[in-house]
Amino acid sequence: MGRITLDKVSKSFGDVEVIPPLDLTIEDGEFTVFVGPSGCGKSTLLRLIAGLEDITSGQIRIDGADATNVPPAKRGLAMVFQSYALYPHMTVRKNIAFPMKMAGIDQAEQDRRIDAAAKALNLTDYLDRRPGQLSGGQRQRVAIGRAIVREPAAFLFDEPLSNLDAALRVGMRLEISELHERLKTTMIYVTHDQVEAMTMADKIVVLQAGVIEQVGSPLDLYERPCNKFVAGFIGSPKMNFIEGEEAAELGATTIGIRPEHISISTTEGQWKGTVGVAEHLGSDTFLYIHSDVSPSETMTVRVDGEFSARHGDTVYLTPRAERIHKFGADGLRIE
Amino acid sequence: MATQHSRSSARLMMAPAVVLLLGWMLVPLTMTLYFSFKKYLPLRGGDLGWVGFDNYARFLTSSAFWPSVQTTLVIVGGVLAITVVLGIFLAILLNQPMWGQGMVRILVIAPFFVMPTVSALVWKNMFMDPNYGLLAHLWKLFGATPVEWLSQASLPSIIMIVSWQWLPFATLILLTAIQSLDSEQLEAAEMDGALAHKRFAYITLPHLGRAITVVILIQTIFLLSIFAEIFVTTGGAFGTKTLSYLIFQRVLESQNVGLGSAGGVYAIILANIVAYFLVRIVGKNLDA
Amino acid sequence: MARSIAPRRKAINTLLAWSVGFLIFFPILWTILTSFKTEAAAIANPPVFIGFDWTLENYQAVMERSNYSRFLWNSIVIAGGSTVLGILIAIPAAWSMAFVPSKRTKDILLWMLSTKMLPAVGVLYPIYLLFIKFGMLDTKIGLMIVLMLINLPIIVWMLYTYFKEIPGEILEAARMDGATLREEVIYILTPMAIPGIASTLLLNVILAWNEAFWTLNLTAAKAAPLTAFIASYSSPEGLFYAKLSAASTMAIAPILILGWFSQKQLVSGLTFGAVK
Ligand SMILES: Nc1ncnc2c1ncn2[C@@H]1O[C@H](COP(=O)(O)OP(=O)(O)O)[C@@H](O)[C@H]1O
Ligand SMILES: [Mg+2]
Repeated sequence: MGRITLDKVSKSFGDVEVIPPLDLTIEDGEFTVFVGPSGCGKSTLLRLIAGLEDITSGQIRIDGADATNVPPAKRGLAMVFQSYALYPHMTVRKNIAFPMKMAGIDQAEQDRRIDAAAKALNLTDYLDRRPGQLSGGQRQRVAIGRAIVREPAAFLFDEPLSNLDAALRVGMRLEISELHERLKTTMIYVTHDQVEAMTMADKIVVLQAGVIEQVGSPLDLYERPCNKFVAGFIGSPKMNFIEGEEAAELGATTIGIRPEHISISTTEGQWKGTVGVAEHLGSDTFLYIHSDVSPSETMTVRVDGEFSARHGDTVYLTPRAERIHKFGADGLRIE
Repeated sequence: MATQHSRSSARLMMAPAVVLLLGWMLVPLTMTLYFSFKKYLPLRGGDLGWVGFDNYARFLTSSAFWPSVQTTLVIVGGVLAITVVLGIFLAILLNQPMWGQGMVRILVIAPFFVMPTVSALVWKNMFMDPNYGLLAHLWKLFGATPVEWLSQASLPSIIMIVSWQWLPFATLILLTAIQSLDSEQLEAAEMDGALAHKRFAYITLPHLGRAITVVILIQTIFLLSIFAEIFVTTGGAFGTKTLSYLIFQRVLESQNVGLGSAGGVYAIILANIVAYFLVRIVGKNLDA
Repeated sequence: MARSIAPRRKAINTLLAWSVGFLIFFPILWTILTSFKTEAAAIANPPVFIGFDWTLENYQAVMERSNYSRFLWNSIVIAGGSTVLGILIAIPAAWSMAFVPSKRTKDILLWMLSTKMLPAVGVLYPIYLLFIKFGMLDTKIGLMIVLMLINLPIIVWMLYTYFKEIPGEILEAARMDGATLREEVIYILTPMAIPGIASTLLLNVILAWNEAFWTLNLTAAKAAPLTAFIASYSSPEGLFYAKLSAASTMAIAPILILGWFSQKQLVSGLTFGAVK
């Protein structure tokens, strides 16, 4: 079980309010991702849930019981840190065994769980090594192993993949997702990378300056971002924003259109522009286009890999009308 | 890291060290203050009653007081100057590529391990003795009259002995600091056309700032209270009486605890003045 | 620097450095050499360096004159005991300062250090009286406590600089893993800081071993360590150079050897975190 409820939880460091009072419920078994730009308070929020920081006001409940003043060890949560925080003087086996040793679990059971975790995480051959002798990915797996064996009510991850190289990151992302499928335990996962958020989450919590901007499933956020911030943050490449006349025509201050929802032609279309840079990724091509409708920023358009365009070419863009997002002067979505 | 719980544990865990040091500071200090206002001669009648500020006045006006403050400052200042300057020179030398660097380090660090009583005795007898000392032999070799080091040049001699003991400390810290200097910085400066002495003045020396601070801080702490080196060599004669030593004589040799205690209070004040300046410098230079 | 240094320059450096090193080490070398001479050879004019008849008679004489092994034992117990005691008290304090810093942490550290500047003579008599009152005069335990107190600030500071290098996340991980504060310090912090603790231990053993104010003034016969053993040679008898040298060699040899073996760790600790 692992249903976590935050009730008007706030956090200040001295006079600085990092997290204004917020409410949030994380359902049992859910994979929740906190996403937001660096410094927005994701780690702080996670540490409040973990009990590593005191909350300034409000209440945290775990499975209905008030956990506000419960020390971290007693909350039944396991955490995987960005730096992995492995114990450098212990072997992998000892690292994984440590939480069980602290809990006083008997040796036979410890061994059973270590072996199971090692097998699941491909660590069997490394159990007698020290963390210093492992690669980044292996260290990451040890940190996860140490979390699993406690059989926690929920897992907390703080940017666990940010120290890995790009290729490894994709692999570990899948492994963590699979772990969740298998264990069905609540997981809270912090990242600043919206791709991780989109691919892993059941539920995404978008944060900015300690405030929850929107909560929803990845597709919810993609299709119906509730404000300009979420619209710009979710989706890659970023949504194009257009202001002025074009927006006013649709009764909005700003309209947004995602790069993949614009069709392009060399002969005719709604907006005229010239190609600035073309990035050929093989499967896709991203075109950065200078256009009068968006004088301040280039517009990004995603086209097929086969589409050929060069710097200076004139192109015509047509947004798909049903995919246009409208935002008011306050930045909020207009239906 | 900082929850209410961890903060209160922190206070609890700090308590033994803080309480012990506070006791170590306050209890004897209070007693010293108490004695300083008394005429107290343990071997000649014991406690002879309150005398107000008499001891303070007597200590301050005694002909030995100001010279002893001066001696203290000269020794501390002299040793600091010698060890820092020679230390920088040695650190730069030892940082050059050479054969057997590890062995040279072992030779250089050795005096630091020698107890002050031993080094004072060895220097006094086997080097500075005007008849049999090695330095006397050396002087005679060049046809000069041997110097009576500890009487004719007593203060420089003591400064020399103490510098010999502390030079290793300064050298090793400065060497570690120089080794931590990013060689790319020096190479960049060289590319920019900075000459060796400019590179030293603008890159190496500023980089050594923190290390020099530590050397000065730690050495001052120990130098203010040097005792054995004077006790063994001159016994405070020939103008080598530091404030500490003067007090030591009042308390132990003339058994005048009241007077000695008043001196002790002066010494504590002097130490606090020095500490105040040091702590300000160090506090700025070290993000302790 | 991956530049080839002219061998000539390297040779000059080597020569210069070895000369300076030899010069600095010479007083110790001379003492050791003299300890193997006869008294006559020790004051020979001109002095002899190597070509004398080596003898052990001085060591024998020193052993007969005083009970070296008791002084040595006292030194070991006092220096070791005060250091271990100090470290046990300093570890929790340094933990607090490094991992739960507050606005006052820096002030407390500097205050601790400033207690070291209190002139010992200023409080000698009071301490003397207290020692008599508590029956601690000329006892090992009494000296152990005093030396622990005078070195405590240094120990706290050194441990603090080492602990600060340990990422707080690892201690937090232990906390999440269910470790109590005590378990966190015993199973995680202390083992991780072993190198730092070792070099703190070494430096303070050396400082305590060589401490020569309190050890001279608070001991008589029973608890006197090697500093007192050697001070007994400061009387005119000290003019027996060879015996003085033998006694000196015996007094410094243990710590000199310990220091040489551990100079790497020592140096890192001595910088008090000011030099990375
Ligand atoms: N212990 C602390 N003391 C003071 N300010 C802090 C502390 N920890 C975090 N902050 C501040 O809180 C804000 C949120 O930090 P954090 O939660 O680490 O952001 P994120 O993980 O989203 O990058 C930042 O502005 C940071 O400077
Ligand atoms: Mg973070």
